Amino acid sequence: MPSLGADMDDGVLVEWDVKPGDRVSRGDIVAVVETQKGAIEIEIFESGTITRLLAAPGDTIAVGAPLAELDGPAATAGETEAAKAAPAPSAKAAAEPAAETLPERPAAPTIETPAVAATAREKTAPAVEAAPAAKAAPAGRVRASPAARQLAAERGIDLAGIQGTGPDGAVVRDDVAGGKAPQPAPGARPAAPTKTAETTGPARRGFDVDEMRKAIAAAMSRSKREIPHYYLSHTIDMRVASGWLDELNAQRPPEERVLIGMLLLKASALALTRFPEFNGRYENEAFAPAPAVHIGMAVAMRGGGLVAPALHDVDRLSLEELMAKARDLVARVRSGRLRSSEFTDAGITVTSLGERGVDTVFGVIYPPQVAIVGFGTVAMRALATENGVDAVPTVCATLAADHRVSDGRRGALFLREIDKLLQVPEAL
Amino acid sequence: MTRDQLRHIFIEELMSIAPDIDLDGVPDTADLRDAVDLDSMDIMNLLIALHQRLGVDIPEADAIKLTTLGGAVAYLAERSSAT
Amino acid sequence: MSEEITYREAAGAAIHDAMAADPRVFIMGEDVGHYGGTYAVTKGLLETFGPERVRDTPLSESGFTGAGIGAAMGGMRPIVEIMTVNFSLLALDQIVNNAATLRHMSGGQFNVPVVIRMATGAGRQLAAQHSHSLENWYAHVPGLRVLAPATVQDVYSMLAPALEDPDPVILFEHVMLYNRKGTLDRSAAVDLRSAAIRREGRDITLISYGGSLWKTLEAAALLAEDGIEAEVVDLRVLRPLDADTFLSSVRKTRRAVIVDEGWRTGSLAAEISAQIMEEVFWELDAPVGRVCSAEVPIPYPRHLEEAALPQVPAIIAAARAALGKQGEPA
Repeated sequence: MPSLGADMDDGVLVEWDVKPGDRVSRGDIVAVVETQKGAIEIEIFESGTITRLLAAPGDTIAVGAPLAELDGPAATAGETEAAKAAPAPSAKAAAEPAAETLPERPAAPTIETPAVAATAREKTAPAVEAAPAAKAAPAGRVRASPAARQLAAERGIDLAGIQGTGPDGAVVRDDVAGGKAPQPAPGARPAAPTKTAETTGPARRGFDVDEMRKAIAAAMSRSKREIPHYYLSHTIDMRVASGWLDELNAQRPPEERVLIGMLLLKASALALTRFPEFNGRYENEAFAPAPAVHIGMAVAMRGGGLVAPALHDVDRLSLEELMAKARDLVARVRSGRLRSSEFTDAGITVTSLGERGVDTVFGVIYPPQVAIVGFGTVAMRALATENGVDAVPTVCATLAADHRVSDGRRGALFLREIDKLLQVPEAL
Repeated sequence: MTRDQLRHIFIEELMSIAPDIDLDGVPDTADLRDAVDLDSMDIMNLLIALHQRLGVDIPEADAIKLTTLGGAVAYLAERSSAT
Repeated sequence: MSEEITYREAAGAAIHDAMAADPRVFIMGEDVGHYGGTYAVTKGLLETFGPERVRDTPLSESGFTGAGIGAAMGGMRPIVEIMTVNFSLLALDQIVNNAATLRHMSGGQFNVPVVIRMATGAGRQLAAQHSHSLENWYAHVPGLRVLAPATVQDVYSMLAPALEDPDPVILFEHVMLYNRKGTLDRSAAVDLRSAAIRREGRDITLISYGGSLWKTLEAAALLAEDGIEAEVVDLRVLRPLDADTFLSSVRKTRRAVIVDEGWRTGSLAAEISAQIMEEVFWELDAPVGRVCSAEVPIPYPRHLEEAALPQVPAIIAAARAALGKQGEPA
């Protein structure tokens, strides 16, 4: 069970999107989990074959507890994984025909499978039939030695997935050193999710408003308690950008049109590449800049509530690509289907009030991020221009940033950079 | 295509884009952006869906005409008969 | 030049050589003269050095230990022999309240360079009033240095530096060691600070001292047959403890079992275990194990006495448990 935010302790399994025997690739969606932030699609961190599901829909699983067992790639972990999964069930498997329990494999696997991998898979497949309740129990602590805990913490390994060989089956240091445990892998390649026919029961979807309120309360309280915010505001002349966009959209069918919010997002993303101190995480009294420009897009829920899932690599997307991704994201927010990586990857949040908002928004930073950029409504306002005072479209851009990490001068330059970029919309 | 059919299609697409809204008691003249809190992304998605389903061209400048139920049905009726 | 002799002979030779080297050194205690010592350590010394320097005393531990402390303050280098640690309790006031404190109480004006030797431990069917291991009572007291030589070399070589020490030194000789033979190099010097690694290993650290050291080494040899490489630490000095040596060993092996003939409750093993927790907790792969004496007065019958003491199978079992292996070796 991955942690989908600092305040998450556990999640309720809603449905499995895979079954034992399915091959999965890193980034595939394997399950849906209900959290305070709604139903989240869980992406798998490693490639391999699902050998066992350890939890059933409806189970509450603690963060860090195993959801399923995965037979890793044979080239690296096949032997040890097979040894681990083999012991007790192998005798039973010999007694019972394997055909009964072996799940059907896809007729035409799209992934080339080395012969070794097939061997490893067949060895471990019999373990599938057992769905032991004992191991699925998420409540107990993992029995692990201090040395094992220390090493696991250093390497970011989850102890729950490791078979212990120490006193009373405790996980000891060598088990951690030798064990291959799942680790979050940023930049996972997305692959088509493997849908199965036998997903159980009607999936609960959407957001629990009360739970979401609690999550927002916790995050925002922590933010205001811990983060010394400073605020900057800057009015941007949008004549060029608006005019350019109107012209562009006029020639296009609806599905190719671009909302002005995308220009604001893209300009922010490009500015971030030059001001990395606003994109990253502040944890353990240190700032770690984000390796890429993943922007949390604040999406308001009708009737209250807010989520800010990540749009990935915004600086590298064309406006059209960004529009398509944003549409998809909003659609999934509306239907309550977000992915785990979208909850963990953002290094900054951009909040945009849209066409019927107000002039200015002063954001509250979403920890452990270090900044939030706000855009008020783009509207006609009085602006002193070269012609005197004119009615022109403007937008008020604001920055709330973490003073532990950056200072006002850099913040001002950052907002000005966004302004500059918006004056050349065709380059966005 | 009758107005009733257009109305049915409009509501169907709207509910598909915004399954969390409740249209009960919303008058035909109400601005949907206010009545059920549609934002610009929702409106855009709605335009796209209607364009794809009905094949009618909806210029960006006309988007504003689709913000009420009554206005939308009238507009769509006019545009689809025109083509 | 090295020779093969017994622990008893080495202890006697150490006293002989110290007395020959320094006229201030003398020995006193019950039956040390004419009888030659309860454990025959001082046999022959009376003939060599005469009754002035080899003094039989009345059965009064408090009296003659006090006299030894006084002689030390007066410039002599006395060796006081107490028959067993059990009897030393009669002299506890002299040792703890006087010997250990006088340098402090006199503001450094007086030192107490006395060496108090005593036998300790069980295994000779001497029953509950002669068989206990109370080394930790003395190891508890600031102002004392406490030695537990387990080898022929140590029992010989520790005495001279103990006599040179300006402060009181308590020297424990385990009764089961007297007949044990070993190699002695009289010219080799040893220190009174450090523990010794008696066997190297990577899988577990076995920490012991005195009479238990040899049982521990035997257990380590048997464990090796089962593929478990145990490192054996001989504490040698019980106060001040050489923590660096056992801590760095545990840091390496990540597991420790302490073998201590004292009773478990409040034992030296408890102190060592606590230091391991304090210093290397995050390096551990198993709870620290202890093999101690049963919490009973040491029984007289041989089979009960043996059952009450740390023995090789119990050490092996504790080591295997720390390694996550159950039951008997394969």
